[in-house]
Amino acid sequence: MSQATTAVQKEQHSEHHQELSFLYKYILPLDHKIIGMQYIFTGLIMAVIGGYFAYAFRMQLAFPGEIVPLYGLVGPGEYNMLVTNHGTIMIFWVAMPVLIAGFGNYIIPLMIGCDDMVFPRLNRLSYQIFLASALVLILSFFVKGGGFGGAWTAYPPLSSVAEYSLTDWGSSLWLLAVALEFVSFLLGGINFITTTMNSRAPGMKMMDIPIAVWFIVIAVILFMASVGPLIAGAVMLFMDQRIGTSFFLPSGGGDPLLWQHLFWFFGHPEVYVVLLPTMGIVADIITVFARKKLFGYRTVLYTAFATGGLSFVVWAHHQFIAGIDPRMANVFVVTTVLISIPLAEMMFCYIATLYGGSIQFTTPMLWGLGFLAAFLIGGVTGIYLGASAIDVYFHDSYFVIAHFHYTFFPITIIGMFAALTYWFPKMFGRMMNETLGKIHFWGTFIPFNCLFLPLFLLGLAGQNRRVYNFLNYPDLARQELHDLRVFATMSLVVMLLFQFVFIYNFFVSMFFGKKAPNNPWEANSLEWSIPSPPPHGNFKTLPSVYRGPYEYSVPGRESDYWPQNEPPKK
Amino acid sequence: MIEFFIENASSFASDIDNLFEVVTWIIGFWFFVTFGTFVYLLIRFRRKKGVKAQYVAGEKHSETKWTHYPHYAVIAFDVAIIALNIFVWVDIKQTLPPRDNMIRVIGQQWSWTFVHAGPDGELDTSDDIATANDLHVKVDNTYHFELQSRDVLHNFSVPAFRLRQDAVPGRTINGWFKPTKTGTYDLQCAEMCGYGHGIMGAAITVHTEANFNETMDQIKKGTYESHYQKRRGTKTEAPSKISKENSKSTFTDVLASIF
Amino acid sequence: MSMQGPIATHRQATGIPTGRLAVWWLLASEIFIFGGLVLCFVLFKLNGTPGFEDASLTSVAAGAINTFVLLTSSLTVVLAHAAIEEGNVEKSFKYIWYTVGFGFVFLGIKTYEYTGKIIHGHIITENLFWSFYYTMTGLHALHVIGGMIIMAIISFDIKKGYNFQRVELIGIYWHFVDLVWIFLFPLLYIANF
Repeated sequence: MSQATTAVQKEQHSEHHQELSFLYKYILPLDHKIIGMQYIFTGLIMAVIGGYFAYAFRMQLAFPGEIVPLYGLVGPGEYNMLVTNHGTIMIFWVAMPVLIAGFGNYIIPLMIGCDDMVFPRLNRLSYQIFLASALVLILSFFVKGGGFGGAWTAYPPLSSVAEYSLTDWGSSLWLLAVALEFVSFLLGGINFITTTMNSRAPGMKMMDIPIAVWFIVIAVILFMASVGPLIAGAVMLFMDQRIGTSFFLPSGGGDPLLWQHLFWFFGHPEVYVVLLPTMGIVADIITVFARKKLFGYRTVLYTAFATGGLSFVVWAHHQFIAGIDPRMANVFVVTTVLISIPLAEMMFCYIATLYGGSIQFTTPMLWGLGFLAAFLIGGVTGIYLGASAIDVYFHDSYFVIAHFHYTFFPITIIGMFAALTYWFPKMFGRMMNETLGKIHFWGTFIPFNCLFLPLFLLGLAGQNRRVYNFLNYPDLARQELHDLRVFATMSLVVMLLFQFVFIYNFFVSMFFGKKAPNNPWEANSLEWSIPSPPPHGNFKTLPSVYRGPYEYSVPGRESDYWPQNEPPKK
Repeated sequence: MIEFFIENASSFASDIDNLFEVVTWIIGFWFFVTFGTFVYLLIRFRRKKGVKAQYVAGEKHSETKWTHYPHYAVIAFDVAIIALNIFVWVDIKQTLPPRDNMIRVIGQQWSWTFVHAGPDGELDTSDDIATANDLHVKVDNTYHFELQSRDVLHNFSVPAFRLRQDAVPGRTINGWFKPTKTGTYDLQCAEMCGYGHGIMGAAITVHTEANFNETMDQIKKGTYESHYQKRRGTKTEAPSKISKENSKSTFTDVLASIF
Repeated sequence: MSMQGPIATHRQATGIPTGRLAVWWLLASEIFIFGGLVLCFVLFKLNGTPGFEDASLTSVAAGAINTFVLLTSSLTVVLAHAAIEEGNVEKSFKYIWYTVGFGFVFLGIKTYEYTGKIIHGHIITENLFWSFYYTMTGLHALHVIGGMIIMAIISFDIKKGYNFQRVELIGIYWHFVDLVWIFLFPLLYIANF
């Protein structure tokens, strides 16, 4: 290779000791750790907005027509806008930025042993685009006509024709925000993949990469491969809205079902895009606190590949009754039910990891185990919805809501708390309060179940989604069903109140917590071999790697962990 | 199990209920086995002083069989679910049994129009009877429906019949149902269709033969009072909240106020 | 060549330079975007949507000339890469600007075509074929413009003596833009399937 394309490969660590000004350190950083935290904090703020929306519309369902404290009256249009943006925010502005972009940014370079992402400036740019997308979304709530209220799936013609949606600019800004967010994650994703492929520490083979990193990278690849057609679709929808083309309008020769195909071709892999990072983070957490090697590292990895691959051929199970050819549904039933095979295997491997362990119930471990338990319910209830005949009854009912909250809540909220409590000592150099952490865990986990289990029953009773007042339907206005709604809403309120425990714990521990040692959990992966919080440039001397990340309780060793970078004894 | 929450009033409702029950047994079994193992392992292997964790890589056959054998069983159950499901699905959506009568269902923002084919059983003839938000059918008659939409996506959903089908503008979608129990049931729109989606309901009344003819005569003469309106007006079993809300304003008022 | 940025950027665990790897991934995601659009177009066409017979109204001659122009520009960008591999900055600079020039010719012909179509009343909202025509060629033209801007920036960078490897990267991107056109040309101009 010639001189132009070859970089000089001398790895001397240049000392980055010049102090950066506050502006360049925290507002326009190039450091992956700060950018990661920017993502996490932006995501947390958006989570507060999403939770607030959930509170407002749950209150409306339990006490229809009454003024919701701290919100006001929720009318029909308002209700649609709340549910739509609750869904959009929680998936695109909480799950993805916190789990993939936030923790991905923070842990990938640390776990693979390099000093930063390969393209720090691209990284900063992708955060700025993401921030812009969040601001555009928030702006869309305040334009004339209000925020977009056509459900997060944005099916045309409702989303494309202003006379139907009554939210002219709300729809367009919503779409623009989502599109910007996709661009941001495409750029970020390129960075993640390239970093993991090219910049691993010397000696770190493919099978020495922690599962958390592996799964984030697989998720990003799934995202890149699935989002393209939807970006094309978003361009088409935007032109339908603003220029007056009729890509999705039957009167002009278009087809509304086309959007559904484009959307769900992305939408189903998206489930695994957010699932895999949490699965990976939980793999790291349970191995550390069970002091066990991960059961079947390769099996877990291959099941993730299989799940990802299968997720591209299941999309039409969201459309069984949408007017597609009924014969086609049978194919998608087969592929959908088959996806339970790799996922069940992955789950069995996680549970088998616990066998023979020495399990310590710390706060991160509780969150990790809580994730597995809750996700198990979400996973098995998916079988009902994958079976097309049962889906005829359950499609767009509260059963679906309960099912996907039993997958997305564990993924997003429980996974986020697991990761935050696990890496908190590394990020801020201080320990969180364990007692408050456990109170917060139980105060979230129990109300979570009380909130969503009744929704399964309401779904069985034939209650459909996105209806702002069920008392209009005599079959659903029965007292016992209404009691379930009130119970679910009250559980939500209790759960939201317990989040103040976390906020208190988080900020007090950040400034006054016990000082954290380098490796408080006695874990193996590389980020624990450096000071907490890691300095700019991460490693004083860049590490070499000698073994996999899950060598816990190795026979014949005195300590029950074996850091990846500890040189073997001669 | 579903009939505990809501009546099953159509011929295929019990097919769906039975399938639901079978699947519930299967996944219930798996859930309790998996969850039980999970909890057992957590208790059995909690941290004890002086006990070191075991080193199990999960790569040898003697170890992997613990995940692989249950896994093969999962595959077997999956195949069973797929097969049962396809039987029911083919019956409900893929085949049209011979019809006794026809209706046309038209969704628009935010109401339903129902065209009853009348005695000759053919649509677009002079004896068609159109109603708004009020559908009348005869018990034990097989109905074919033509589903259309005038503007956005809607969904023709009758929970008591376990019936659900999207209405897509620009297309006519055919389907069938056969009511088996008399009574009046809710009909909901189940696809987000804009501002009034939440109130886009209707009533479907299953009549006996005599009753049906009488109602049709009343509609023709104009002496008929909509079942939908009557049903929303009475709300006998509903909690106290409703009457209070009713006195405030009806939803049609709310709707009217935005135009 | 200077050592800029973090050490991470200069590692090559795969043996492929980081920049080239990233551009490949970028193009992979672009393939899905254009692929989605092309797939929608083909589906509508196979469904016999009315209006698609208007494909015969597009100017095959203009499309063919544009294909030729783009293919030639791919050649010049390869020559620019070859020149920088030899360390010949001046020659590389010259060939980059030839490529940018061909880009302008392409856009000029495109503008001429658009004007002709609009004068004859074939605007974007006329029917689905024209919607696709303007969307697909418009998105492609945006990629051409983006490529030209980046090329201009790179040409001055290499004059100052750094980021030589970027000539290759923009070349890969430019080939991709070319390839997309190779798909669009038969679909929009000559297809009558």
